Amino acid sequence: MSQSDPTIAEEGPAVTADATTGRSLWQDAWIRLRRNRAAVASAVVLLVFVVAGVFGPMVAPHPYDAIYTQYVRVPASLEAYPRADTIEPAFERALKRARVDVGKVTVDGSSVSAPISKDEKIDPRIVRYLDRSDIFHDATITDLNDAVTQGVMTAAVTRELFPFGTDANGRDLLSRILIGVRVSLAIGVLASFMSLVLGVGYGAVSGYLGGRVDDVMMRIIDILYSLPFIFFVILLVVFFGRNFVLIFIAIGCTEWLDMARIVRGQTLTLKRQEFVQAAEALGVGDMGVLKRHIIPNTLGPVMVFVTLLVPKAILLESLLSFLGLGVQEPMTSLGVLISEGAANMRSATWLLLFPAAALTIMLFALNFLGDGLRDALDPKDR
Amino acid sequence: MKRTIGTTFASVMVLSLMMAGVASAETVYNRGNDTDPTTLDIDKTTTVAEANLSRDLYEGLVVYDANAKVVPGVAKSWDVSDDGKTYTFHLRDDAKWSNGDPVKASDFVFAFRRLENPKTAATYANIQYVIKNAEAVNKGDMPPEKLGVKAIDDHTLEIDLENPTPYFLELLTHQTALPLHQKSVEKYGSDFTKPGNLVTDGAYKLKSFTPNEKIVMVKNDNYYDADNVQIDTVNYIPFEDRSACLRRFQANEVQSCSDIPAEQIDYMKKNLGDQVHIAPYLGTYYLPIDVREKKLSDPRVRKAISLVIDRQFLADEIWRGTMLPGYSMVPPGIGNYFDPVYIESKGKDLFDREDEAKKLLKEAGVQPGDLTVELRYNTSENHKNTMTAVADMLKNIGIKAKLVEMEGTGYFDYLKSGAKYDIARAGWIGDYSDPQNFLFLFKSQNDGFNYPHWKNQKYDQLMQKASTMQDLHARSKVLSQAEQLLLSKMPIIPVMYYSSRSLVSKNLKGWKDNIQNVHITRYMSIEK
Amino acid sequence: MFSYVIRRFGSALPTLFIVITLSFFMIRLAPGGPFDLQRPLDPLIMQHLKHAYHFDEPLWKQYLLYLNNLAHFDLGPSFTRRDFSVLDLFRTGLPVSIELGGFALLIALVVGSILGAFAALKQNSWNDYGVVALATLGITIPTFVIAPLLSLVFGVMLDWLPAGGWGGGDFSHVILPVVTLALPQIGIIARLTRGATIEALRSNHVRTARAYGLPSFVVVGVHAMRAAILPVVSYLGPTAAALLTGSVVVETIFGVPGIGRYFVQGALGRDYTLVMGTVIVVAVFVIVFNLIVDILYALLDPRVRFD
Repeated sequence: MSQSDPTIAEEGPAVTADATTGRSLWQDAWIRLRRNRAAVASAVVLLVFVVAGVFGPMVAPHPYDAIYTQYVRVPASLEAYPRADTIEPAFERALKRARVDVGKVTVDGSSVSAPISKDEKIDPRIVRYLDRSDIFHDATITDLNDAVTQGVMTAAVTRELFPFGTDANGRDLLSRILIGVRVSLAIGVLASFMSLVLGVGYGAVSGYLGGRVDDVMMRIIDILYSLPFIFFVILLVVFFGRNFVLIFIAIGCTEWLDMARIVRGQTLTLKRQEFVQAAEALGVGDMGVLKRHIIPNTLGPVMVFVTLLVPKAILLESLLSFLGLGVQEPMTSLGVLISEGAANMRSATWLLLFPAAALTIMLFALNFLGDGLRDALDPKDR
Repeated sequence: MKRTIGTTFASVMVLSLMMAGVASAETVYNRGNDTDPTTLDIDKTTTVAEANLSRDLYEGLVVYDANAKVVPGVAKSWDVSDDGKTYTFHLRDDAKWSNGDPVKASDFVFAFRRLENPKTAATYANIQYVIKNAEAVNKGDMPPEKLGVKAIDDHTLEIDLENPTPYFLELLTHQTALPLHQKSVEKYGSDFTKPGNLVTDGAYKLKSFTPNEKIVMVKNDNYYDADNVQIDTVNYIPFEDRSACLRRFQANEVQSCSDIPAEQIDYMKKNLGDQVHIAPYLGTYYLPIDVREKKLSDPRVRKAISLVIDRQFLADEIWRGTMLPGYSMVPPGIGNYFDPVYIESKGKDLFDREDEAKKLLKEAGVQPGDLTVELRYNTSENHKNTMTAVADMLKNIGIKAKLVEMEGTGYFDYLKSGAKYDIARAGWIGDYSDPQNFLFLFKSQNDGFNYPHWKNQKYDQLMQKASTMQDLHARSKVLSQAEQLLLSKMPIIPVMYYSSRSLVSKNLKGWKDNIQNVHITRYMSIEK
Repeated sequence: MFSYVIRRFGSALPTLFIVITLSFFMIRLAPGGPFDLQRPLDPLIMQHLKHAYHFDEPLWKQYLLYLNNLAHFDLGPSFTRRDFSVLDLFRTGLPVSIELGGFALLIALVVGSILGAFAALKQNSWNDYGVVALATLGITIPTFVIAPLLSLVFGVMLDWLPAGGWGGGDFSHVILPVVTLALPQIGIIARLTRGATIEALRSNHVRTARAYGLPSFVVVGVHAMRAAILPVVSYLGPTAAALLTGSVVVETIFGVPGIGRYFVQGALGRDYTLVMGTVIVVAVFVIVFNLIVDILYALLDPRVRFD
């Protein structure tokens, strides 16, 4: 929040507790947040994730939906594929499929060649047996004899790097994680937004107004808790078709309930406190009290809880995919990648390890930042 | 040699323990099953998991042996009339129910009538429509007493058929053909399947049923061959999570798993060796195509799609060898089929097929990039990977493909309801070993099964003709013509054949891989 | 207070009624029915089945029929498990889920609040970071990863505990599922407690207590914790309801015969009555626990009044 923000400048004097310092709640918080090293480091890590999610898929060495049929489920490795000892047999196999006789194969650095022969004319189109393979490119036939029955096939070896390995379809896991980070971050942001706006507002109003209003509002929450979520999701798909936006609706609709109950609980104790009653006595309206006194004082638990619901929302998305509402292939999300990884736990460990690590690091940063924010926003700590 | 000594030693140990009458000599078989049954009422069952249970609890007129060959069960012998339409079964004298009552021909009559009675609402009543008047009874047009099943005396049963049905004995191994204990069914009504109420005539009887935990069966001492039943207690444990079964198998908590997670096959092959059983199975994985859709109504387009599907890649890489590349609707190894036919793709190189596919598309007037199809599938990681790979293959001939995933029940409802789609996936596991059980799916009037909504008079005529034929070889020729027609018009693209996949402990003896994937507990024993 | 509790009980029935009505029609709007299995049924047979279960009647009639049965405490037959009534299924499954969920809740509450309070007292130290890191790990790693890992490590590799199964509920079978259920809750409760304790430690009455020279464990234990526990209590209402009604993932992976799996089995199999049963069970738990939470508010913080 910049210092020149006019709304805050205007609000400044109204916040009686802060009047002497001349700084708003947000300015204060910002200064304190910057002093918290863990929080700053976390913010940097999160920023890296955001950048990776937004720009990563564009600069990734492989498109996230490219299938490498020759590299299905290859383990993570910093060494490029193909391995030296697989080049020769792959070359021979490809040429056998092209139905030509193959002489001695020589591998020379990044190119392979072998004399070929056939008892009829060699069809120049056979180069596609190499070009279409993931291992070779730029195949050419040279030194053809006059009868076009003998020649030398030369092709360049394509080096592919899969630092995190590939999945069951032969797609680069690193690229898939990058696109997954993008989707999951978006879901996390949305869920936080929904719970901050809807959850905090609803809870504060319910707790502050109290009485019958509170009763009804809280019973509505109880009802929403009890409705069968799976059917809700199925119906969303039935009536609105498959749409990326629906994921956000489905997750947003469920993730604000806990928040509303927590904020309402806080509000119940806050509204009896002296400073709130003083503000009421001074004739501040309901909205004013809520905005200036109740909600700012609930921000501590709110901050902590937001960081807690983000992982819940991200993992909930993988359940939606299971019901046919999640992101559709070839798109993916961290939740989906992790649940696929869990299924492959024992034969392809990397499929679990890397997406889980990505999510864990992201959420570590988020949680430390959340705690930092909580400490910074604590109105009593100044 | 070493092994023989070991085995002998072990059996001596087991024997001496049994003779000593030590309680621990009781052998318990913890058997992984796909799921819990919907019900133990055999007339209302449909799944493989339920069939497994019913084969241990009940014994029909004929049964499968360990190799899934049909052998005498409660019927010790039978005669078939010259026209092939009347079967007379002679029942054993010593067959008994678990409460000691003798198994009588009237128990079979009772069971068949109950099956076809519309009030029962039996789920697979149609499978036995080959019995005289069965369909009319099930429709409510005739009383159940008119059904062509009658008890000549306590030990003689006569069954009349509508048409000569060469696979009728196979049909009798199905759970819809098992006998029911009339007195207890009538006494307990819908509660007759409860432990304590259920009376069965198989090698085992029901002891308890805890949903989502296990079904306990104990040896039935009244079973006529009880002396040769070596396992005392079978615990059927449902595993919706195949990996959970694998872990419990490794922890020696279960002796067999009815399925394995295909994703983990590399790990299992390396670590469990020949305890991993993968065997050909009577099932086909295929892609139905909505032929009503204009863009896919031309068989040449459908053929082009079929041509570019690399089945070897799907079976070996995506399914890690737990499926086999499939080139026909009727899976190989099936009974009563002597003239199998295959699609032209078989044996041709992929690139040549691509050229051919491009040519076909050109003939059909489809330009590269013009055609966009939706590939629809029900939620499952393997289906998803399969369809992802197929989409990639279609790219090679300029067809764009979009994936649409649906939740299971909604998916099958969608296909059956007649809603429009482009290309979907489906699987069919044979109920009995006969090509008719695969080819009947695509008859014009077969709503609900005929996902492509394909209508072909010639095909219907061939199927009709085959259903009245008695000579197996002549019949096989007709059925093979029908399949040839199906494969040339290609309302469905066969992609893979299923394999049965199990984990079987090396201590569990007598488990024989077979195409029906039938493994009856009484043929097995456990070595300590 | 007493009149408040009475009023809340009074509102429970209408709430339940709304939940039942909304759910009933929601469920029926979903495509497919209990007999739409992967293997299609013959249309004639489908007709027989629909008739046998009154599905051929108009929906409003079925709804009234359901309400009528409910009034007689009959939840109807299950469609996916036809040898059992829905009531049978809950009678055997609910105690199992309550046992697991209850243990998990207890452990999470004790361990979580101790860890959280400890971290708060050592705010911004390595101890604090350690606790937050551990808690975050518990929250981040999903149950469907933790459960198979625990089963693999303790059941298969070390062979200390059963890899799965229920074994009639003996202690060894309970440990791993309870730990799996408790881990994420420990994380959440620790985080909530930490935040709230820090806040409470700074509040005026705690400062006063400190000024009077009360020993710090009394200050923390009695004064700070009472207020600190409020957000935790708010969180616990719905969480207790969720934990005690079982977890699909844990029950499927460990083979526990609770009711958690019925939520998914029932929904995917369109077992209408079973789903309605789960909805009612959840609703009752949610209503009861949120009431308990509200009463606890008033007990823990005398300033909270319901009027």
